[in-house]
Amino acid sequence: MIGPDGQLSPGNFGRLARAPWWLLAVALAATILVWKTATSVVYADIMRALLSGLGVTLAVTVIAFPLAIALGLAAALCLVSPHPVRRNVAALYVQLARGIPILVQIFIVAFVLVPLGVEAARWAGDAFPSLATLRASDVPMGARVVAALAFAYGAFEAETIRGGLTSLPRGQAEAARALGLTKGQALRLVLLPQTFRRILPTLGNDLISLLKDSSLVSVLGVRDITQEARLYASSTFRYTESLELLALLYLALTLLLALGVKALEHRYRRHAA
Amino acid sequence: MPPEMPPVLEARGIVKRFGAVTAVAGISLEVGAGRVTAILGPSGSGKSTLLRCLNFLELPDAGEVILDGVAVRPRDRDLDALRSRVGMVFQQFNLFPHLLVWENVALAPRAVRGTGREGARSLALRLLDRVGLADKADAHPSQLSGGQQQRAAIARALAMEPAVLLFDEPTSALDPELTGEVLAVMRALAADGTTMVVVTHEVAFARAVAHEVLFMDAGLVVERGPPEAVIANPAHERTRRFFGRGA
Repeated sequence: MIGPDGQLSPGNFGRLARAPWWLLAVALAATILVWKTATSVVYADIMRALLSGLGVTLAVTVIAFPLAIALGLAAALCLVSPHPVRRNVAALYVQLARGIPILVQIFIVAFVLVPLGVEAARWAGDAFPSLATLRASDVPMGARVVAALAFAYGAFEAETIRGGLTSLPRGQAEAARALGLTKGQALRLVLLPQTFRRILPTLGNDLISLLKDSSLVSVLGVRDITQEARLYASSTFRYTESLELLALLYLALTLLLALGVKALEHRYRRHAA
Repeated sequence: MPPEMPPVLEARGIVKRFGAVTAVAGISLEVGAGRVTAILGPSGSGKSTLLRCLNFLELPDAGEVILDGVAVRPRDRDLDALRSRVGMVFQQFNLFPHLLVWENVALAPRAVRGTGREGARSLALRLLDRVGLADKADAHPSQLSGGQQQRAAIARALAMEPAVLLFDEPTSALDPELTGEVLAVMRALAADGTTMVVVTHEVAFARAVAHEVLFMDAGLVVERGPPEAVIANPAHERTRRFFGRGA
C-alpha cells in the first residue's frame, strides 16, 4: 500500500503481477458471451430480447445523469452560498435524497408526486387550457423514473461538486475576482473547470452507479434490459441463461464507461492542479 | 508630479478587524501617478491586509478607497469595476492551472472587456514578451519555475492596463535567484512609470525603487516618507530596530 518512500504504490511485485488480469477475465467473459450468442439459438434469442431494452437503459442513464449534474451543481452552489435560506434548502434536499432509498423515491415520484403535480396542473387549467385535460397516465413511467433518479443522484453530485469546489486553493477565486471577473465569470471560467477536472473520477463512479440503478425502472414495468430479462425468463423458465446474459451485458456496459472515464482522466490529469 | 494632480489611488482611515484582532487600525495613504509606494514591516503587522483592503479582497470595517477621485462603494458592480482597474500580484502567484500561460493573461480582457480571441492573444504575447516569457506562452503554468510563474502573473495583472498594480509579497515564495528575476521585472515596470503599491520584505528593492515607504507595526503606520529617511535614517525606535540599526 504505502511504500518506503511514503507514496501510495502498487507494491514491489514483478511486471506480471501488475498487469490488469481482471481485464483479461472480463475479456474472457465477453468472449464467452459472444460465442454463446453466436452458437446457441437460446442465447441468441435472449440476447435479442435484451437488446430491445438496451435503448431504454442507455436513454434513462444519459438523460438522468446530466439532469443530476445540473441539479447537483445548483445545490452545491447553494451549499457554499453565504445566503442562509439557500444553504438550508440545499442541505435539506441533500439529506432527503440521500436518506431515502432510491427505490422508495421512485415510488414516491411515480405514484404520489406526479399525480399531485397533474392535479395541480388541472387546477391551473383555467390559465392554460392545454393542461385542463392532462391526466396522470399522460406522464410516461420512463419520465417518472428519470425524474426520480435525477433527484436522487443530484444529492450525490451536490456533495461531490461542493467538495471539489471547496478543495480549490482560495487564491484561485481571489485571483479571478482581483482581475475584475464577476462572481459568475469566476465560477464559470476559473473555479468550475478546475472542480470538474478534480472530481472526474467520482463523477465516473456515479455514472456507473446510475447505469446500474437504471435497472430500477423495471419495477414500474418500463422495459429496460432488466425488465426484458425478467419477462423472457418468466415466460420460458430459462432464468439461469437470462440472468447470466443480463449480468454480462451490465458488466460490458460499466466496463466501457470505466475505460472512457479513465481515458478522460488521463487527458486531464497532467495539468489539473 | 505637480502637487495639484489628484492621486490615482487613495485610502482614508482603513480599519479591518478579524474578530477581536484589529489587523489594520486606521491607515490612510495616497499613491500618485507613476509613483511606487512600498509597505514594509514585520510579519503580522497588517501590511497584506491593508493591501487587500485596497481592492476589497478584504472588506474594510471602516474607511474608504478612492480611485481616480471617485469613492468606491462596496457593491458588486463597483467592486468589479474597481478590480478591473487595479491589478494584483499574489505571493503564491495563483495562476489558473487549467489554462495555458497566454490564456491566463488573456482571460480578463476576454471576459471583462469582450476582446476577441486573436486580439487577446496578441495582447498576451506582447505582455509575456515584456516580462521575458514570450517563449512560454503555450506552456502550462505547472511547467514554469516559480519565478516564471510570478512573471506570468505580473503579465496577467497588466492585461487590463490597470491604473495601479498591487503586489502582495511577490517574492516571498521564491529563492534568491528567482527573486532577482521577478524584482528585475518590477524595477522595469517602475522605470516605465507604472503606479505600484508593493508589500515586501525586500528592503534593498524598496530603497532603490520606492518613492515612498510606509513602515507598519501592529496595524498602524509607524513611520512614512522617502526611503532614504525611513530606511536609511529612521526616526522611530521601532523602525530602527526592524532595519537593524540598533536602538
